[in-house]
Amino acid sequence: MSLLLDSLAWLLMIFGLLFFITGALGLIRFPDIYSRLHAVTKTDTLGLGLLAAGLAIKSESVSTALLLLFIWLLVLASGAVSCQLLARYSLESDPAATGISEHIPGESDDR
Amino acid sequence: MSLMIVDFVPDLILAFLVICMAWGAMHARSRHDAMAMFVAFGLVVALIWARLGAPDLALAEAAIGAGLTGVLLLQAARQIPAEPRTMKKTTVQFILPLVFIVLAIALFASQLFSDDALNISEQARIRPDVGLSAPSMSDRVHLAMPDSGVGHPVTAVLLNFRAWDTLLELLVLLLALSGLRQLYPSSQSAQKKSDGPLVRGPEPWPLLLAWSRFLAPLLIVMGGYLLWRGADAPGGAFQAGALLAAAAVVLRLAGLLPALRWSSLTVRLAINVGALLFMTVAALTLYFGAGWLHYPAAQAGILILGIEVFATLSIAITLTLLVIGEYEDLHT
Amino acid sequence: MSSLQMYMLLGALIFLLGLHGLLVLTDPIRRLIAVNLMGAGTFMIMVTLARRTDPADPVLHALVVTGLVVAISATAFALRLITANLITETPNLAENNAAQSDTTLSQQGSPPT
Repeated sequence: MSLLLDSLAWLLMIFGLLFFITGALGLIRFPDIYSRLHAVTKTDTLGLGLLAAGLAIKSESVSTALLLLFIWLLVLASGAVSCQLLARYSLESDPAATGISEHIPGESDDR
Repeated sequence: MSLMIVDFVPDLILAFLVICMAWGAMHARSRHDAMAMFVAFGLVVALIWARLGAPDLALAEAAIGAGLTGVLLLQAARQIPAEPRTMKKTTVQFILPLVFIVLAIALFASQLFSDDALNISEQARIRPDVGLSAPSMSDRVHLAMPDSGVGHPVTAVLLNFRAWDTLLELLVLLLALSGLRQLYPSSQSAQKKSDGPLVRGPEPWPLLLAWSRFLAPLLIVMGGYLLWRGADAPGGAFQAGALLAAAAVVLRLAGLLPALRWSSLTVRLAINVGALLFMTVAALTLYFGAGWLHYPAAQAGILILGIEVFATLSIAITLTLLVIGEYEDLHT
Repeated sequence: MSSLQMYMLLGALIFLLGLHGLLVLTDPIRRLIAVNLMGAGTFMIMVTLARRTDPADPVLHALVVTGLVVAISATAFALRLITANLITETPNLAENNAAQSDTTLSQQGSPPT
């Protein structure tokens, strides 16, 4: 049983890390701010959730698990809010640049 | 052996990351990228502090390096014209200092590995004549802990054994703030043209407002917790102050907190109360006790807690004003 | 090579990278970041030295906690010096800046749709 739980925890954490890696890849490779935000927030919320779930199983204590859940919820909500904030700001300061391939000035000169 | 290598891998990854961030924070192509890199550098350094067994520092660095520095830099970059692209140094000017760095690092490394500099602790234990080297200092702190009034060594050093440093540090904060205020008039002409505060976040927007309203009490509770726990565990006045300052900055940017005006007596009192109380306690111990900042062992705990509470308030308000409060201040 | 020796080396390297940046760079904000990096390198060496004993040396930790707060206040003051200097030296730039901030403000100020 403990072996099963342990392997489940590792599996969850490895999947979480994979999501983080795809998010980082998207952040580096995607062309404009909207798709980058999409990549980072989506994969990070899921990645962190999986990671927290894996750690909660490994911790084997209810209070730690609840704490991890709370941290995940906090990051989830602030990630969503800051994503919306960034997207709105760039939309308001440069309404023209909504296309996928549009280059937003001052935002991504080097990538 | 293989276990040691596995233990070593996170350190190597952190080192690699931190070097990349440090390089990027200075040499990234656009200034905004460089500043973002510097914030990321602060986060990685916070991880390194945790790795080196210094959770106090990790807490302070995360609140300061990741929270306040970013706002501070972005704020300033807004007022500075874009950097000219033509002022590139030549390759020789770039390479020569780099050669110097390689040589210096090689020298440092040879010293480090030949003298086995990090094993000093054992020498100090064997030969007490090494005297005031750091390890014996650490032993002295641990010996004196029962009289300090708190249970956490770092807090004891900060607020009891070396309380002078902390008092002077509060004064440094005051000095920085008054220096900042001296520089207002020079930029007043630029400020007045824009008929309103330069610093303003996006217009009040329901989701941001709701989230900030939820976050604010949480951050205050966390600050109080850090302060309270500081007596026995990592935490304390500086960490709590930095966290509260970060919270205040977020609320100011969301437009939920009124401007902290220097003209308001409450703000001035809050800024000065930490240093004032500290000095009052110091003077009282000088006249009635064993001497300047020598607390009586029985009352040490309550004295330290009182000083810490007000120092936290002062640090939080001063840092907030240092980072963000100054602009609205002009329109008083 | 122990991990402590590596962190000592890393601290020295970051300090020297910061020094290099200070010598090479021209933009004031980047130079300020370089000075901050030098500070971070120094802190790293101090924290590593604190690690020599088994309960880590609290004196060095306390010094670095103090140093972090002093560093941020010095950075704030330096940034203020940089901006104040720029604005008084080149009034045209200041006006341009004010105009720019006006436009960004009005864009920000537009009600959310």
